[in-house]
Amino acid sequence: MSTVMQRPAASAEDQLVIAGKSYHSRLLVGTGKYKDMEETRQATEASGAQIVTVAIRRTNIGQNEGEPNLLDVIPPQRYTLLPNTAGCYTAKDAVRTCLLARELLDGHSLVKLEVLGDEKTLFPDVEQTLEACAVLVKEGFDVMVYTNDDPIAARRFEDMGCVAVMPLAAPIGSGLGIRNPYNILTIVENASVPVLVDAGVGTASDAALAMELGCDGVLMNTAIAGAQNPVLMAAAMKKGVEAGREAYLAGRIPKKRFANASSPIEGVFF
Amino acid sequence: MNVRVNGETRQLQEPCTLAQLIETLGLADKRIAVEVNHEIIPRSRYATHLLAEGDKIEVVHAIGGGAH
Repeated sequence: MSTVMQRPAASAEDQLVIAGKSYHSRLLVGTGKYKDMEETRQATEASGAQIVTVAIRRTNIGQNEGEPNLLDVIPPQRYTLLPNTAGCYTAKDAVRTCLLARELLDGHSLVKLEVLGDEKTLFPDVEQTLEACAVLVKEGFDVMVYTNDDPIAARRFEDMGCVAVMPLAAPIGSGLGIRNPYNILTIVENASVPVLVDAGVGTASDAALAMELGCDGVLMNTAIAGAQNPVLMAAAMKKGVEAGREAYLAGRIPKKRFANASSPIEGVFF
Repeated sequence: MNVRVNGETRQLQEPCTLAQLIETLGLADKRIAVEVNHEIIPRSRYATHLLAEGDKIEVVHAIGGGAH
């Protein structure tokens, strides 16, 4: 029992701090692509996530009477909502979306900024993202920014005042995992704000690898919502993130080319 | 007068406040945000904001989406 308590617990003291608020969960999830609100609720709960992204879209006039509202299953009193600018291709649209989100959520200032470059790759348009970022920071938003796995861009966003930098692991929804671990590592080493991998994670080991590289968290949607059993995958992702974080804190052994026996040589009687 | 609401034309009696329009749309108790001609109108001003011919109104809400 005492040995368990002496371990550097990844749960109690080890917190993710974003814009001055502490979170025990390092897994952030999106709420898109689920088959219904009940599945959204169950998967979000199973993920243990405390920060949950939402999209801002037109209300369907006259077509949604009695339709369950997302905020009924993801209550803002329980979760930190992270409105995001998904689907924006210009700085102007992204800023407009954030301003509407702030009005919608009663002055809420935490936003996820993404400005996309094209529909085929969904890679970020860094130039437009920088432009939007400058306006949003000036407007008092706490910006978590989606960007390339580019250490120079990451540093620039940090210098501009973003509260978190979120490089992609691979293209959005691709499930390819971390394509460029050395760049992610460089971004982590350079940063003094939280770095979260956003986009491209496919399964629990991808999330664990991100955390082992020293990332502060992982943000995902498709890998959970698109799994055959989303609720089970949400639970797996929670464990993947926790395992990766603990392994990072524990400090792994260096890789060596040859064997290193784990039983002592002294006292050998044969 | 005619206005555009989320891209569709609607005919309204004059005068009409934003609050009256939202009531007509059945959205009075919903969590929404509203723009008129690209300008956000805070909830506190719905009752006093008078709509005008040709206004472009956008009504948005939060839906599932988000991350990747």
